[in-house]
Amino acid sequence: MQTFTQLKKNLKKDFSNFKVIKIAVLGDTSTQFLIQALRGAGFEQGFDLQLWEADFDQVERQVFDPSSELYEFNPEIVIVFHSTHKLLAKYNKLKPGENNSLADSHLELARNLVTALNAQLNAKIIYYNFTEINDSVFGNYANKIESSFLFQLRKLNYELMVFAAKQSDFYLCDLSSLQNQSGKSNFFHTSVYINTEMVLSIDILPEVAAKTIGLIAAMYGKFKKCLIVDLDNTLWGGVIGDDGLENIQLGGLGIGKAFTEFQYWIKKLKNRGIIIAVCSKNAESIAKEPFEKHPDMVLHLEDIAVFVANWENKPDNIRRIQNILNIGFDSMVFLDDNPFERNMVRENIPGICVPELPEDPADYLEFLYPLNLFETISFSNEDAERTKLYQEEVKRTFLQKSYTNEDDYLKSLNMVSLAEPFNKFNTPRVAQLSQRSNQFNLRTVRYTEAEIEKIAVAGDAFSFTFTLTDKFGDNGMICVIILKIESDTTLFIDTWLMSCRVLKRGMENFVLDTIARYAEEKGYTYLKGEYIPTVKNEMVKDHYHNLGFEKKGDYWELHLGNYEKKKCNIKIQQKLLWKEM
Amino acid sequence: MERNVIMKQVNDIFIDILDNEEIVIGETTQASDVEDWDSLTHIQLVVAIEKHFKIRFTSKEIQSWNNVGEMVNCIQKKGI
Repeated sequence: MQTFTQLKKNLKKDFSNFKVIKIAVLGDTSTQFLIQALRGAGFEQGFDLQLWEADFDQVERQVFDPSSELYEFNPEIVIVFHSTHKLLAKYNKLKPGENNSLADSHLELARNLVTALNAQLNAKIIYYNFTEINDSVFGNYANKIESSFLFQLRKLNYELMVFAAKQSDFYLCDLSSLQNQSGKSNFFHTSVYINTEMVLSIDILPEVAAKTIGLIAAMYGKFKKCLIVDLDNTLWGGVIGDDGLENIQLGGLGIGKAFTEFQYWIKKLKNRGIIIAVCSKNAESIAKEPFEKHPDMVLHLEDIAVFVANWENKPDNIRRIQNILNIGFDSMVFLDDNPFERNMVRENIPGICVPELPEDPADYLEFLYPLNLFETISFSNEDAERTKLYQEEVKRTFLQKSYTNEDDYLKSLNMVSLAEPFNKFNTPRVAQLSQRSNQFNLRTVRYTEAEIEKIAVAGDAFSFTFTLTDKFGDNGMICVIILKIESDTTLFIDTWLMSCRVLKRGMENFVLDTIARYAEEKGYTYLKGEYIPTVKNEMVKDHYHNLGFEKKGDYWELHLGNYEKKKCNIKIQQKLLWKEM
Repeated sequence: MERNVIMKQVNDIFIDILDNEEIVIGETTQASDVEDWDSLTHIQLVVAIEKHFKIRFTSKEIQSWNNVGEMVNCIQKKGI
């Protein structure tokens, strides 16, 4: 982790070509250093954060006054930082009978702030939860009496989570767990507080900034999707090829416990949608033996999306994994106990995250927790199914090799697609795809759940989602289209994104057939498309050209009158129902 | 520690925190003499000095200094 002084030095560096994000920061204590730390930490992630800072303790005035500078600034993200010190000051002023109401009244304030912000802005809100101050007035009894400050503070943190669970576009940044981890004496520095009204110590600023930037990066599609693990001395103690099945360390005793707990952590990541891959220097059959036979293994073969065990070098094997999964190296984490392997991977695979695992396996988890590697801003049922989807993809790759003619191969898949408009059932997945898709994404406009809900009912756009099922399994929703009504004759393709899982299956043709037919039935003459290049989406540079659109300035246009149905091996599932708009 | 050694080390901290290689401080140097030495960077300097010498200033001490010399007095008083 960089120091605050190092982050400040970043401020003088060149931010050109970085992604610009407008962020407003409102705090009830002084936030000047936080602003500098955020901008400096943003630099590390390739963000040019344009930060606007409210004057000291102006949170409510700025939010509740519709003509305030906050709304003039028009941020994409609003960070609200209510400090525990000010909360305690509020508590101290309450009459004894009113102490019970602190959490409720502050929650009410938070709700009102969110409502007011949502009414004026199309912004995501980040709210810092409350770090603990125990005023020790009741001793341990504080846990038994509702009117104690500690009781109210913990209640408020809990109620904020309940509120956040229901409120899309409202995200908590967990300062409380950060303080638990680093200790209050590191988090809060009295002379800094007395002299500057800042409640964050200089040493903790980089941590707070990193935690906040992690959340912001996830909002803009930068997060980890895959964990690649080594086996010997990483998932279990010992070397399976030398020590044999009976002698590897795993289970409830001694150091085996560390590996078992580590495997449980990986299993939870898998269940939350992180793709787990194995990359090991071993004979494949020997490497798989513990997964199949060891009674204390927590991870099983069905948890592993791609299993690579051979004697080739790890960078090549990781490239092979990347090829199958079709995700960026910068969304991968590689864990290996061997410093030599780590270095080799780090030097040969740009962008991949390779944490410097501690020597003692007992330290693995305590080392990994604070790194906060797996930030996300969404979770859907699809996430839990992800491993299965990739395992099916591996099977398809094998089948494809057995066909010499691609068309025959595609026919043999028996593909069926269901097309539907946005609805309340598919909204979370639509938003998630909008945040996750980087490569097959023509304009890379990111939408949150709340924004998708608005589009579904606004009446100025047509929305489409597509699923794809084949004989190996259900890929779930893999494509999202938003057609904005630009004029009586033209629909503008605001969003065309697809999951890279279904590339080279003829899905583009099927999608264009569907939306072209739909647009024509609605009486439109043109479809208009646009390609906005990013560092990740070069694969769709010629997308509209390949589909027969004509270049018109910066845009692409398709005349529906001349459109001929494309060749395609996907059948439509006739459940398609759009309400008349 | 010799006073001039402390002064040299404090000078290095100023150079690092204010990110300016050209800073030269002496006994009578005041905040107004050094570019970017404002109330905010002041606290950053204080925390860095505390960390470097492994000492802790009281809030009162931090507010009492009129120049670098007085700050160095305070560092020496803490047994450095």
